[in-house]
Amino acid sequence: MDTSRRRLKDTFARISMRASVLFINVLGLAIFCGLLVKAGPILARVPLVELLFSTSWHPMKGSFGLFPFIVGTAEVTLIAMLISIPLCLLCAIYLTEYVGRRSREAARFIIDILAGIPSVIYGLFGVLVIVPVVRAIGESMDVQTTGYSLLAGGLILAIMVIPFIISISLEVLRMVPGEDRESALALGATKWETIKHVVLRKAYRGLLASVVLGFARAFGETMAVLMVVGNVAEVPSSVFDPAYPLPALIANNYGEVMSIPLYDSALMTAAFILMSMVAGFSLTAHYALQRIGLQGHR
Amino acid sequence: MNARKAEENLFKLLMLVSLLFVLASLAGIVAVIAVKGMSAMSLSMILDTPRGGYYLGKEGGVANAIVGSLYLVSGSTIMALIISLPVAFGLQREYTGKRLADLSRLVLDILWGTPSIVYGAFGFVVMVYLGIRASLLGGIIVLTLLMIPIMIRAMDEAIRMVRHELKEISYALGTTRIETTVAVVLRQALPGICTAVVLAFGRGIGDAASILFTAGYTDTIPTSLLDPVASLPLAVFFQVSTPIPEVQARAYASALILLFIVVIVNILARLLGWRLSRNIVK
Repeated sequence: MDTSRRRLKDTFARISMRASVLFINVLGLAIFCGLLVKAGPILARVPLVELLFSTSWHPMKGSFGLFPFIVGTAEVTLIAMLISIPLCLLCAIYLTEYVGRRSREAARFIIDILAGIPSVIYGLFGVLVIVPVVRAIGESMDVQTTGYSLLAGGLILAIMVIPFIISISLEVLRMVPGEDRESALALGATKWETIKHVVLRKAYRGLLASVVLGFARAFGETMAVLMVVGNVAEVPSSVFDPAYPLPALIANNYGEVMSIPLYDSALMTAAFILMSMVAGFSLTAHYALQRIGLQGHR
Repeated sequence: MNARKAEENLFKLLMLVSLLFVLASLAGIVAVIAVKGMSAMSLSMILDTPRGGYYLGKEGGVANAIVGSLYLVSGSTIMALIISLPVAFGLQREYTGKRLADLSRLVLDILWGTPSIVYGAFGFVVMVYLGIRASLLGGIIVLTLLMIPIMIRAMDEAIRMVRHELKEISYALGTTRIETTVAVVLRQALPGICTAVVLAFGRGIGDAASILFTAGYTDTIPTSLLDPVASLPLAVFFQVSTPIPEVQARAYASALILLFIVVIVNILARLLGWRLSRNIVK
């Protein structure tokens, strides 16, 4: 092949690769702006404070208070994280510090596969198992509940983010050099003291990042929560009350919004809030993980 | 001394308990889906489409959802692969400066984390704008968007692992950048690229929120790109909410089929990574 043709080919390839890299950035921008533009009409009509903090959700009468949904999202996520964080950290520490290489690899393999299970399957498990359990707990405490509640949503979400958080935490803990542990042990520290004073101190930034990524994941999770959380547009007063998180709001209503003015704009605002929150979480975690030398994309 | 020992033992016990709890709850999920799904499984479940409407009809199976999901995901995997390959190679330092590459990786991280329901809503807006109704085409477009960041980031990882010396040897022989990329880097990164594609396939086939309003749902197998299409995750979601036990059975069967596909695909992705990596220079 003569040189000029090879060079032409190279130039062509370089230009098209450059273009596709630019395309990805444009795509990100387009999604962000697209949501913002669609959210525009309601943001122009209703003050942002009212939109975010009003509890009145009556689309037919033109009042779009997103507060119950924002609270629903926050509470479901919070319950999930309260349950899953201690479990995940304890598991991750055990798997890195106390278990042999073989078993760790095996546990990792299982956990990675479980992280890939689709959310409708977790949702189905929620409907079949978690909801009846929550109803039984409610009854034993003399609370009226259908079981489709904040607690059920939080529980299923906790189970869903567990493999995800453990997987990142394992990688973070593996980054702590073995010499550090050995020096602590040589000074007479017990294994747990070594973990507490050396490993956790070194890894805490990365572990925090893995928790933040877990939050981001839980925040946007739709189907599993939608199936068990009850979906009533009120601020829940106990964990046995139904709630209505933002993703569920979008999923339940988006198909049929075209007939009511401003409705689709309100839902797009919800989507925009979701995307911004998740982007914020991801960026924080991304930088934290990058500082300790891990790629923040998991 | 005893207090220290006691603390050690206490935490060790806590860790063991939480590990057992986690493994048990995850095993519980698989067991429940397997038991429920197996009791609903039959040959006609796999081979027949639902009769009398998927939501009310008591007879028939979920062939519409199985075929629909395969159509949707194979279409979007191919589309995503076509878009992702040049981007993943383009991100490397031969083609793009560090600042643009870093920015793009950041954008991809954000897209990676973006909830699928947001893709669904965005996709729906785009479809309304283009005048496409809920259809196979709409579903493929949205799933492609969802898969792109997953694929590119995983491919990028694999490509960045290729030893720099190898590229330099190739350049020293007088090759151009694209020749080195195709003959050396692509060859070396191939296991990682295959894993990336298979992982994206696994994510795509299980995602329900993004195709909820973009792919629609139907009793039949689509014959054109503009027909609405059924899918396994939505088959679970819609059919479990009916009071009719026969219809719920279809949801359980769909869940088991979906779980089976996803687990196989995930195991395959890892085995593929192993097998193919025997031939690369480390």
